[in-house]
Amino acid sequence: MKMLKGGYMGNKNKMETRNLNLYYKGFQALINVSLPIKENTVTALIGPSGCGKSTFLRTLNRMNDVIDGTRIEGEVLLDNDSIYDVGVDPVVLRKKVGMVFQRPNPFPMSIYDNIAYGPRIHGHKKKDTLNEIVENSLRAAALWDEVKDRLHKSALGLSGGQQQRLVIARVLAVDPQVILMDEPASALDPISTAKLEDLIHQLKSNYTIVIVTHNMQQAARVSDFTGFFLNGEMIEYDVTNTIFTAPRIKRTEDYITGRFG
Amino acid sequence: MKTRLSDYYEKGIKYLLGLIAGTSILILFLIFFLLFREGIGAFHYVGVLDFIFGTKWLPVSEPPHFGALPMIIGSIIVTLGAGIIAIPAGIGIAVYLAEVAPRSVREIAKAVIELLAGIPSVVYGFLGLTVLAPIIKDLLDLPSALTAFTAALVLAIMALPTVVSISEDALDAVPREYREASLALGATKWETTVKIVLPSARSGLMAASMLGLGRAVGETMAVLMVAGNAMIIPHSIFDPVRTITANIAAEMGETVQGGLHYQALFGLGIILFTITFVINLITDLIFTKTSSVKRGASL
Repeated sequence: MKMLKGGYMGNKNKMETRNLNLYYKGFQALINVSLPIKENTVTALIGPSGCGKSTFLRTLNRMNDVIDGTRIEGEVLLDNDSIYDVGVDPVVLRKKVGMVFQRPNPFPMSIYDNIAYGPRIHGHKKKDTLNEIVENSLRAAALWDEVKDRLHKSALGLSGGQQQRLVIARVLAVDPQVILMDEPASALDPISTAKLEDLIHQLKSNYTIVIVTHNMQQAARVSDFTGFFLNGEMIEYDVTNTIFTAPRIKRTEDYITGRFG
Repeated sequence: MKTRLSDYYEKGIKYLLGLIAGTSILILFLIFFLLFREGIGAFHYVGVLDFIFGTKWLPVSEPPHFGALPMIIGSIIVTLGAGIIAIPAGIGIAVYLAEVAPRSVREIAKAVIELLAGIPSVVYGFLGLTVLAPIIKDLLDLPSALTAFTAALVLAIMALPTVVSISEDALDAVPREYREASLALGATKWETTVKIVLPSARSGLMAASMLGLGRAVGETMAVLMVAGNAMIIPHSIFDPVRTITANIAAEMGETVQGGLHYQALFGLGIILFTITFVINLITDLIFTKTSSVKRGASL
């Protein structure tokens, strides 16, 4: 198993950042971050609170654009094309690079409408097509069996873990290539977390996943590659197994062994 | 010792607050009781249906007629007209302020709009009479500028601050997570506003509309000045009308306390009270329905 993970090194770079700097109203939140994101793998970003890992994640689908006063330097590539080029529409980009947030955030509507929301705004109108997308997405998110009898009930009636898988199904419904997850399990109980981690394992074969997590055991369990962030810099990036067993840099080791953070 | 003292303190506060709440309910019932005691005589004399559906209001003729229908229709037309103008405009402004405008614009605009709510209604009436009415008369080529339409327009302007302010609060209360989730799915800002933010704020927008209508239906002074006050059943929105409130204000001075005319005006008060009560009741029902769905769902 551990040998296998090293084997993803040959995968091509689905996304990549080169010398990425991000400023927020005079404060530099990201400093020279260069990081590859290999296709069909899970990349975990770890580090203490405020280290910039969530900010970094949000540069990958341009969600920082929404926040006034942010400025970016350097390159972010998706399939070798810069996503910050003038010609790139963030709306189109976000269809390819989906995002799951820290707290489950289903819309206050039915389970069905939550999943169908994305396909609908992207022009799918036919009922048959929508039904199919909804079922496939829920199956892929391992939620279908739990909700198939209550598709038209409010999504807010689901448990936290179900809501988070619903949100993942909602992202899958727009058929993304990359899925960004910002501490997706931080509001979940251990059983829901385990289910979510299983799901991440399954999704890897079809999607490229980047996950920000506070929980180092989680990073070790789900990811193939890990990047360690500290104070806006990426300190070390390597195969997950190497990071957790033989980090090259002292600060990484200190963090992982719990000496700070 | 100390805990026992604070126990009394807790209890004292509890009863004090209970007393205050109870008093406000008691006052409401006293108002209700007074209205009925003073007005019931008119219903006796005329009959409830004739009072509501009678078309002639001639309080000083011999014998007097008390048919409130022209005024009931007048009030309804003016209120609905104001609502049709103020609700879409108010929600539109609120969407601009909450979703589009930069923070600095929003802060200033909101403060100014809330200031508008504090202007006395007689000032609105005066502006309506001297500024708005002549413009409407010229533009639409009407024989008289004092019409239901003029009144509706003035009332709409008066109700606007209420609608805008409460709608903006409702939109602002929609969690940022909803907007982010929608944007992250590749929705445009406009799609997010229309399909996620507005539906999520539905109950707040409903409250804003109802409070706006409530302000419009109860308004007296401005309407008295610009509605034309003709005691006729209007054929179009460009006819002059007299509303229930305007009539009470206009005629109360001429009545003898306890006389039939006096009682008839209180009878009008009962009708007005019933209308606003029904509006509030509907709002309340909508609210408890939507909020209980939410509460039940989150369990």
